[in-house]
Amino acid sequence: MTNTHDTRREMPLGLAQCGYTGVIQHLSAKDAGSALSDIELESRLIELGFVEGARVEILHEGLVGRDPIAVRVDNITIAVRRREAMAIIVA
Amino acid sequence: MELPLLHLALVGTPNSGKTSLFNALTGSRQKVANYPGVTVERKEGFFVTPQGRQVSVVDLPGTYSLRGRSPDEEITRDFVLGKASGETVPDLVLCVADSTNLRLTIRLLLELKRTGRPMILVLNMFDIASRRGISVDVERLAKELGVPVVTSIAVRKGGTADLLALTDEISAKLAAEPAENTWRALSVSELRATQREADRIISDCVSLPSRPDTWTARVDAIVLHPVGGLIVLALILFVMFQAVFAWAQPLMELLQSGFDALGDLVHATLPDGLVQSFLQNGVISGVGSVIVFLPQIIIIFLFILLLEDFGYMARAAFLMDRIMGGAGLHGRAFIPLLSSFACAIPGIMATRVIDNKRDRLTTILIAPLMTCSARIPVYTLIISAFIPAKDVWGFINLQGLVMFGLYATGIVSALAVSFLIKFFMLRDYAPAPFMLELPDYKMPRLKSIAIGIFTRAKMFLQRAGTTIFSMMVLIWFLASFPQPPAGATEPAIDFSLAAIIGKALEPLLAPVGFNWQIAVALIPGMAAREVAVAALGTVYAIEGGKEAAEQIGQVLATKWSLATALSMLAWYIFAPQCASTLAVIRRETGSWGWMAATFAYMLVLAYAASLLTYNVAVALGAG
Ligand SMILES: Nc1nc2c(ncn2[C@@H]2O[C@H](COP(=O)(O)OP(=O)(O)O)[C@@H](O)[C@H]2O)c(=O)[nH]1
Ligand SMILES: [Mg+2]
Repeated sequence: MTNTHDTRREMPLGLAQCGYTGVIQHLSAKDAGSALSDIELESRLIELGFVEGARVEILHEGLVGRDPIAVRVDNITIAVRRREAMAIIVA
Repeated sequence: MELPLLHLALVGTPNSGKTSLFNALTGSRQKVANYPGVTVERKEGFFVTPQGRQVSVVDLPGTYSLRGRSPDEEITRDFVLGKASGETVPDLVLCVADSTNLRLTIRLLLELKRTGRPMILVLNMFDIASRRGISVDVERLAKELGVPVVTSIAVRKGGTADLLALTDEISAKLAAEPAENTWRALSVSELRATQREADRIISDCVSLPSRPDTWTARVDAIVLHPVGGLIVLALILFVMFQAVFAWAQPLMELLQSGFDALGDLVHATLPDGLVQSFLQNGVISGVGSVIVFLPQIIIIFLFILLLEDFGYMARAAFLMDRIMGGAGLHGRAFIPLLSSFACAIPGIMATRVIDNKRDRLTTILIAPLMTCSARIPVYTLIISAFIPAKDVWGFINLQGLVMFGLYATGIVSALAVSFLIKFFMLRDYAPAPFMLELPDYKMPRLKSIAIGIFTRAKMFLQRAGTTIFSMMVLIWFLASFPQPPAGATEPAIDFSLAAIIGKALEPLLAPVGFNWQIAVALIPGMAAREVAVAALGTVYAIEGGKEAAEQIGQVLATKWSLATALSMLAWYIFAPQCASTLAVIRRETGSWGWMAATFAYMLVLAYAASLLTYNVAVALGAG
């Protein structure tokens, strides 16, 4: 997966399907439309391990609006809403 | 020579095993209290090191950084920085890490180092890490981090021996003046850089798992399935309700008959008079009517602690987040609201798991609208006296339907109130994003569950012994003074302050169809809602009190109109008058204002609902 990521198109994790695997390219909080300020959202994402180069996989999703999602980040699992996951750009 | 008390603080990310370590170190020598002014639980414990050093240790709320984004996290930050009012700066910080998941903790540790506090990195859950084939070069890690590192297994006997030895060793050579504090909130780029540094250190010192946790993945395939997960959740809830209502029943009856017997004993041994009445009616039956809920509270906490220890709570929040989000509630509000069906007190206490202040407050405000078990005696009494036990549409029992309607109205009102709060009152708060670690499943540990239940039960009993006790004394006083004149034939209560108050309130309550006797019964109902049943009995001068519930029902059926009865049911859906709930709201929100607001809004709802019910019923000819 790691060496294919530069050939894949970048997309926000918030749009990815269940089962998606990829690598974080960068964080872009201003596109997420979260209620948090950009800096706050970015800080929180980093604090939960969403940093550039981390491998992510969408393991599960909720029933209503396929939201929230359970994301494997390296070797931990984090639940986030798709709205906040829009800030995580993956490929 | 007597050494001064050594102060330790446990810091770490959520689920790293801080509480387990705390329990392992201190056993049952624990004190649970609240930090002044905030709702955060403060847990301090004591132990003695192998070399005989007296130690106090504080279990701080889990955090990913020192930024302090929730009241919990602010406590942790202020405590470590020595800014928490009335707290001693810790002499030594134990940074607790889940060894299977070091990335986030090592970053936290690099941030903590800047505070200059002496520190140890505790690699906890080392058993799980070894099982998964993770190996850590402890010496190299200590050198890279510049902090002593020790492994630990909090849930195994002797699993903290190395930590204890290291604590002794370090405390012997603690410098009088620790290093300077250079901490300030990290910028985004500093955070990133720190995470990079942490990742580099980990890749140098830790060989990562060859075997991921397949067990968790397999359980989650069912438990987090969009549809299957909700079914599992519903099943768990069903068992929990069953336990709270059915399993607790025999124990509660046992306690109740114990208190009744004690009351009878007092009645028989003491001469008739004030002392006898005070002990029997004021103290024993009053405090007893609250203590009978202990089994339900223990069962609810048993479930909550088991599910929490197992790692399921975060999953329940995940499943319910969007469903509750429609009403402006956070996914984490689910469990506290659920607990409130037994009693709002543990429910409100359980809101501590919600880290956002706005979400916690909304949940606290609506928790008393969940039909608590104390309303059941009142509902049962009125329904069986006034609602015929006939079937509607051939198969649904009308009495059951009314009961269901009362529960449903409570839930719908709670959601509506939450919705209104979201739109009108707390708009300036940013809705908390839902970001939560889903920890690997772990087998619950008997010891930590037992300690958890024990501390909660103790808190509950302490409250019953103080707040509720003083309430009951007050109510007994109102109902007993002044004494009836000699030779009076009416019930003694007719001459009491309670009756005077009841009659004064009557004009206010007349529009909703309540007479003065109901007004009087609502007063002792302040301490515990179900006391209203016994109070109605007293007021209508029926012998036998609670045992004669059916008899009270017959009397009520002759004295009240159907409209009054329905109005009373509507009142009890909201029933603002529960002193212990109000007291716990005051304590948990740290504010008299929110307590008053809860009381006021529930009073308004109760009055409006009763007014509507009464007038509609009268208009339909039930007056
Ligand atoms: N196997 C194992 N389990 C542990 C250890 N320490 C904690 N646990 C479990 O990890 C879970 C979370 O622990 P807890 O103390 O509540 O974490 P806290 O959130 O940091 O207070 C519980 O289920 C504990 O039983 C350990 O050293 N070994
Ligand atoms: Mg804990």
